[in-house]
Amino acid sequence: MSLKIGVPSKGRLMEKTFDWFGARGVTMSRNGAEREYSGAVEGIADVELVLLSAGEIPRELAAGRIHLGVTGSDLVRDKLADWNQQVAELAALGFGHADLIIAVPACWIDVETLDDLDAVASAFRARHGFRLRIATKYHRLVRDFLTETGVADYQLVDSQGATEGTVKNLTAEAVADITSTGETLRANHLKILGDAVIHRSQATLFLARAADWGAAETAAMAALAAKLQIATP
Amino acid sequence: MTVTPAARAEAEALFAAFRATGATAVEADILQPAETLLDLYGEDIRARAYITQDPLRGEMVLRPDFTVPVVQAHMAGGADPARYCYIGPVFRKQDHIGPRASEYLQVGFEVFDRDAPQADAEVFALFAGLLAPLGLQALTGDIGILLAAIEGLSTTPRRKAALRRHVWRPRRFRALLDRFAGRAALPPARARLLDHLRSAAPEALMAEAGPQIGLRSGAEVAERSAALLEDADTPPIAAPEAALLYDLLGLAAPADAALAHLRGIAPLMPAITPAVDRFESRLAALRARGIDTASLAFEASHGRTTLEYYDGFVFTFHRADQGGAIDAALPPVASGGRYDALTAILGQGRSIPAVGGIIRPAVVADLKGA
Repeated sequence: MSLKIGVPSKGRLMEKTFDWFGARGVTMSRNGAEREYSGAVEGIADVELVLLSAGEIPRELAAGRIHLGVTGSDLVRDKLADWNQQVAELAALGFGHADLIIAVPACWIDVETLDDLDAVASAFRARHGFRLRIATKYHRLVRDFLTETGVADYQLVDSQGATEGTVKNLTAEAVADITSTGETLRANHLKILGDAVIHRSQATLFLARAADWGAAETAAMAALAAKLQIATP
Repeated sequence: MTVTPAARAEAEALFAAFRATGATAVEADILQPAETLLDLYGEDIRARAYITQDPLRGEMVLRPDFTVPVVQAHMAGGADPARYCYIGPVFRKQDHIGPRASEYLQVGFEVFDRDAPQADAEVFALFAGLLAPLGLQALTGDIGILLAAIEGLSTTPRRKAALRRHVWRPRRFRALLDRFAGRAALPPARARLLDHLRSAAPEALMAEAGPQIGLRSGAEVAERSAALLEDADTPPIAAPEAALLYDLLGLAAPADAALAHLRGIAPLMPAITPAVDRFESRLAALRARGIDTASLAFEASHGRTTLEYYDGFVFTFHRADQGGAIDAALPPVASGGRYDALTAILGQGRSIPAVGGIIRPAVVADLKGA
């Protein structure tokens, strides 16, 4: 058996991951045709590359079908219950930065903080007869954050894409989404609440606690950790 | 398997005991319409509900609790007074790895009766009697006293409403009270916001900020902007008055001693007197049913985090160690309380005082097996 490492299957996230490992003497490459999702690892024995959608890597880690995986720290925290019992964070890779934030219409001149959002939610529910809608795909992170900070009278509505457009389309009153520069938010006439940075995400190397850690995998992991100069749990 | 034969047997025995009091057995569908039901619950149960799509009936939820369907059935044409009991599984997603089941049996008892102190005592004494062999620790509270104290504050209706709304969220409640009492400084972000709002008319500021988007209208924004400026000029709640509320929030004592304490502060906080009178009548009714109120644990803040929609008497029964200390990590064996406001919401103009509670038979079976 070999140590399986899950890496995003395309785009900048894949390239940057390859660069990060390459700089540490572990060369990753994608095989053959442009559209084929299989790859190879050189510079270390018994390590197998598995190319996956970044969004599926948390689930594969939790199931133990891969031993290691590179994905956004936001996705792991959102998709896995008690994430740090299921996976361990081995290294923050220093790219793929994005903040999960809450944004409201810029024309809401009376709203700058969560305090304001909470008060508006109360008035909104009384006026419109339903809870203020926050569009997001990060249900767990947003809900836990709002519970922790004591915001009430809201509801989360699912939005898997084009979330910034939901306010204009009248399907939500506010959004909780990731942003790196805030440009898309501004273009959609939204502003970020000052005290509502829910999570600062970046690409991170995770270890699956539930994977099959036999002698071969443990040995391969030790060799890899030495090369990458990281500690393992 | 989540529901074991031992839990089922325990549930049936408890259900039989409830029926033996003369209560009417009621059924509730497992699949409930999601929208009306979930709107009434706090975020915690909402987030943990199993929601599913029905092609004809729209969004449905696997029953997370019996109280709301039982109240709905009662309001649709129950006797007055009425006593109900029920048995069946409830469903709640568990967000943490651990022993808590996401499907478990509840056995419950609900009383709709206008004699509130007697009804409170009846439910509590019934539960205490059934659970007596298990050596549990009971804990009681009364959200009604807190709500009365908030109502009695000398401050604006808006500030009272904000505090009342957050009674069930202690951290935000505390932050609001600190601010309204002048104990916490105005946060810099709020100070900047107020300066900005003072700088021009809301309409001009909105036009400058960007186009009107979304369902919340410019009028609503302007209205709250005016309210913020008005609130900024509201004097803080007087220090002695705030101190009494802080004292009340921290009150934890055996019930009789708590009553004596409340009687002591009531002259300074006259608004709580009717609620304290109800507390006293309840304790008398409990004593008449054999409950030792000199040792019964009471906390004024009990029920503020877990039992949203309760607005009066609340109680829980917990597993305790030999010193009587409660293990807060474990769910209570039984819990209940008064929910008068819920019947008013569901009754569309009609309401009836109501109190009830549930027992988790799986925990009872565990305790008996141990």
